[in-house]
Amino acid sequence: MAQAAHRGTPPRVIPGFGLTLGVTLAYLGLVVLVPLSMVGVEAGGLGWAGFAAIAAEPRTLHALAVSFGAAAAAAAVNAVFGTLLAWVLVRYRFPGRRIVDALVDLPFALPTAVAGISLAALYAPNGWIGGLLAPLGVKVAYTPLGIGVALVFVGLPFVVRTVQPVLAEIDAEVEESAAALGATRAQGFVRVVLPLLAPALLTGFTMAFARGVGEYGSVIFIAGNIPMVSEIAPLLIVIRLEEYRTDAAAAIAALMLAAAFALLLALNCIQAWHRRRVGAP
Amino acid sequence: MKLSGSTRSAAVSEGRFARACLLALGLAFLALFLLLPLAAVFAEALSKGLAVYAAAVAEPDAVAAIRLTLLVTAIAVACNLVFGLAASWSVAKFSFPGKSLLVTLIDLPFSVSPVISGLIYVLLFGAHGVFGPWLRAHGVEVIFAVPGIVLATVFVTLPFVARELIPLMEAQGRGDEEVARTLGASGWQIFFRVTLPNVKWGLLYGVLLCNARAMGEFGAVSVVSGHIRGLTNTMPLHVEILYNEYNFAAAFAVASLLALLALLTLALKTVLEARGAGPAGGPGH
Repeated sequence: MAQAAHRGTPPRVIPGFGLTLGVTLAYLGLVVLVPLSMVGVEAGGLGWAGFAAIAAEPRTLHALAVSFGAAAAAAAVNAVFGTLLAWVLVRYRFPGRRIVDALVDLPFALPTAVAGISLAALYAPNGWIGGLLAPLGVKVAYTPLGIGVALVFVGLPFVVRTVQPVLAEIDAEVEESAAALGATRAQGFVRVVLPLLAPALLTGFTMAFARGVGEYGSVIFIAGNIPMVSEIAPLLIVIRLEEYRTDAAAAIAALMLAAAFALLLALNCIQAWHRRRVGAP
Repeated sequence: MKLSGSTRSAAVSEGRFARACLLALGLAFLALFLLLPLAAVFAEALSKGLAVYAAAVAEPDAVAAIRLTLLVTAIAVACNLVFGLAASWSVAKFSFPGKSLLVTLIDLPFSVSPVISGLIYVLLFGAHGVFGPWLRAHGVEVIFAVPGIVLATVFVTLPFVARELIPLMEAQGRGDEEVARTLGASGWQIFFRVTLPNVKWGLLYGVLLCNARAMGEFGAVSVVSGHIRGLTNTMPLHVEILYNEYNFAAAFAVASLLALLALLTLALKTVLEARGAGPAGGPGH
């Protein structure tokens, strides 16, 4: 097989181009591209008017607003604390640092449903944290705040893991020069370190945001899922599917996919900016 | 321009008090948002005692869920391993137009909401889907059956091996393979004797992450599974059912198995990273 693929392309020394690219394209087409295009086909079957009617339903708009709003808020929290954690991990030496470093990836490894039931139990009015907050009148579980908590859990490693390597590469000299020129430590961070971190920070924020918008498993247990209050867009897709309103489910999915692709494009632009700033190796 | 030692250290590193505060704040955040949820899983799982824990894990529906999870994971990891090797071989060893588009498309499943990853297969193979009537006429069940669960899991975990191998193989170049070729090795000999040993740690790293996600996938599988106890319930779906039945101790008992898997994954990941796999061994180095 590899030989046959090689015969047509004599300049290539290594064989297997036809076989491997063929397998790659066929697999990608059958598993990813054809199924994904079905969202467009199904939503397109509604026609513009039908699609717009579903998109403009108050419940659809509210679910999208909850998903995007909670994801943005959680990504903002993670941008601050993720940078802080990356800073602590890169700049400080303390006992257990390696364990803490490994633990940052927990949300990547822990199944979302496990995180979801655990967070719901923690923040429920009788839970470890919910019990402390209840006397203060703060409700987290079964409110939009709970959705934010779940998305902070899910998104944290994205920020830490994009900021951490860039922070490690920053030369101590630039900070020393800033200090020598009279900058305080805080000025040095805000004026010198932060601009160098900006592309990585924005990448991490966007990745955490994109993940949060589509997140399902960790959210639905803590959210309470009250329509027009704490119902997320992915859950509304599931509900429409269970009502046999497949076209409505596909329409909401099409809106979310469009947003996801826009975010992917934004990420590529940020990364091009990042490469320009860091300089090609 | 001369700085005294104390000014220098105060200017490029925080004072002792500031360091302690930042460290405490960072660790407190980590403990609150990561450590506490992890600890709560085990605390809730054991809250009714070891006997209840053991019964929940050994119950027939739980055992069926564990079996199904292992089966689905084995198929999904095997498929995506072959795909990852083929994709990285074609992308890293050859140049062709549209290569960067192909790499973007390989990463696409990571940008899709898990629920949509399940929905697309319902649109294709569901009762009202494109192939639904044909499948029903031929007695093939995909949705609300194991094949649908496998497909959704394959979709969700597709990028893991490829995205690990592509930068690794690109960094290693094609010199070793070209030498082997001129010495008369066949394509498969090059692959098994030269390329595979060169990328083995990165390969294991990708398989490890793929495996963890496959076992724990919830949203995509939930849409296509139909939640039939003992038949189409994977471990995460079994956890959901038990939780929704207010059978918390049992739900957390099964969840604790998945949490142990996550901890094992993190430990192995750290070991593999020490061998140069993962982001640290990427193209930046």
